[in-house]
Amino acid sequence: MEPLLDIRDLSVEFSTPRGQVKALRKVDLAVRPGRIVGIVGESGCGKSTLVSAVMGLLAGNARVTSGSIAFEGKELQGLSEEAWRDIRGRQLAMVFQDPMTSLNPVMSIATQMIDIQHRDSGTRADKLKKAISWLARVGIADPEQRIEDYPHRFSGGMRQRIAIAMALLVNPSLLIADEPTTALDVTLEAQIIHLIKQLRAEFDGAILFVSHNLGLIAEICDEVVVMYAGEVVEHADIRRLFHAPSHPYTQLLLTCDPARIESEERTLPTIGGTVPDLARLPRGCIFADRCPSVFERCRAEAPPTYTIADGHHVRCFLHADD
Amino acid sequence: MTDLLAIQGLRVRFRTVGFVRALIDRIADPYIDAVLDVSLKVRRGETLGLVGESGSGKTTLARAVLGLVPVHSGSINVAGRELVGLKESEYRAVRRELGMMFQDPVASLSPRKNVRNLLAEPFHIHGIRGVDTEAEARRLLSIVGLHQGFLTAYAHQLSGGQARRVGVARTLALKPKMILADEPTAGLDVSVQGEILNLMNELQRQFGLSYLIVTHNLPVIRHVSDRLAIMYLGRLVEQGSTRSIFAKPAHPYTQALLAAVPQPDPDKRRDQLELKGEIPSLRRRPPGCEFHTRCVHAQARCRIEPPGPIPLGDGREVRCHFPLV
Repeated sequence: MEPLLDIRDLSVEFSTPRGQVKALRKVDLAVRPGRIVGIVGESGCGKSTLVSAVMGLLAGNARVTSGSIAFEGKELQGLSEEAWRDIRGRQLAMVFQDPMTSLNPVMSIATQMIDIQHRDSGTRADKLKKAISWLARVGIADPEQRIEDYPHRFSGGMRQRIAIAMALLVNPSLLIADEPTTALDVTLEAQIIHLIKQLRAEFDGAILFVSHNLGLIAEICDEVVVMYAGEVVEHADIRRLFHAPSHPYTQLLLTCDPARIESEERTLPTIGGTVPDLARLPRGCIFADRCPSVFERCRAEAPPTYTIADGHHVRCFLHADD
Repeated sequence: MTDLLAIQGLRVRFRTVGFVRALIDRIADPYIDAVLDVSLKVRRGETLGLVGESGSGKTTLARAVLGLVPVHSGSINVAGRELVGLKESEYRAVRRELGMMFQDPVASLSPRKNVRNLLAEPFHIHGIRGVDTEAEARRLLSIVGLHQGFLTAYAHQLSGGQARRVGVARTLALKPKMILADEPTAGLDVSVQGEILNLMNELQRQFGLSYLIVTHNLPVIRHVSDRLAIMYLGRLVEQGSTRSIFAKPAHPYTQALLAAVPQPDPDKRRDQLELKGEIPSLRRRPPGCEFHTRCVHAQARCRIEPPGPIPLGDGREVRCHFPLV
């Protein structure tokens, strides 16, 4: 199937007083319709930069130095601000970590949910009806009354439900969820994940699910992209990623997750070393300094991406076929 | 092991409306109970994990121990000394023995002070003279595994993990007997999280520290605590050894909390949702067992009669009419 979102060879740099920070380097990512693709990685790995690039929201000091972002077959780079707004309001929607990022505190939910449909024809009453039906679908009790309330009248979990309803209201073909449950308790998190799973049945678009929580990734994604220091180091089907992780970084990340440690061991595993300075990149592999399997070639040149199975790509010389 | 911290029947109330407003609206009880009837103990060298959802009162409980919120009734005893009723001036000495690690590691460090001054600050606050603060700062840094070059760094120049280490060093400055840590690994990456927990574990062994760790991160608390106390609406619904609770939770709420943690294994996906709804408002505590509105096992009795704590042996206790063990 033709990918909905097709990112090829994407590199993004930020100009800073310390020099050019190469935040994303040669990122390939294809999202096919109906799929939930997880992006996992630690702070500074480039998750947010990647999402911003897709949404056309890169900061002023950022520059795309190579590559393309095609969405529904059209190149997104170089679009006018107006064309961008159209795409963001229709085909691309986003749910943020903090629901108050997308909710206006001084407008009622009804006003906001009607306003967001401004591109659609139809009367105000129709739009209100549609908004109410979405509130009901995301599990807000008494939606007819509650829709008149302001955001502060809702709990954090309810606000995130509303943010999801608002994102899906315009029937986007791609939903980007950036750490949508990080601010929530584990019980509410489970409810939101359950909700996304349920909605998935009726929403035929794809979801790009950004998280640092491997448990959540395992729970809802079909495939996973692992990022480290601005590169995609591994991309695999969900079961292969968890059962046959092939990049040393992915393996370490899985080892470090306390939820995966069966014993009651007090000393937890860690990944030694620190993330490299992206303004002064090493010559070889970006992970070489922290890698337990590092060998000579890793320090001399940067590894390309090797395909080790259908849909399983790894950027590591351990899988070199030459 | 002896008890370092012993809390008996603790109750912390907050006023929700002012006196005049309460008169006008005829509100008979303008208070909410953020912590209600809590009794627990932490032994020397032991780690107690205090677990619950937002609004369950776990942070308020920790703040009450530090004397940062007024206690309505009950007793807080640290190393044999009663803390409830102490004057603010008397509490200062107590706070030397109780270190606090706040939730956000960077925000809890002053942006205008470098690490050298941040580490000298506890001595100044407590008016301790005659300390070579430069030597102390160096000693503290080496304890938490940071090199001396960090002495001149400012908070914004530190990574999350480094800021957390500086926070730990500050907490250790006055040689406390106990550290209260509010979500010590919140916001940290999984690889750094392990480093901080290992450090805390090592310091506990080295100095015989006791920890009270407030968290909602169950996978983490399983690896760092000896005992657990689970809070719901300001009450302890279950407490006992971490091992026994994880092996077989006795309270339906504990069971639901454990089931809510996603498993990092795509073959263990959950189809059913264990816990529906949200934590009720403290202004409208449900009658009977306060968890019955969300409990899948609730029966008629639960709606009427509040359950008392039932001992299950081995220091384990549950507040439920129909415990699961």
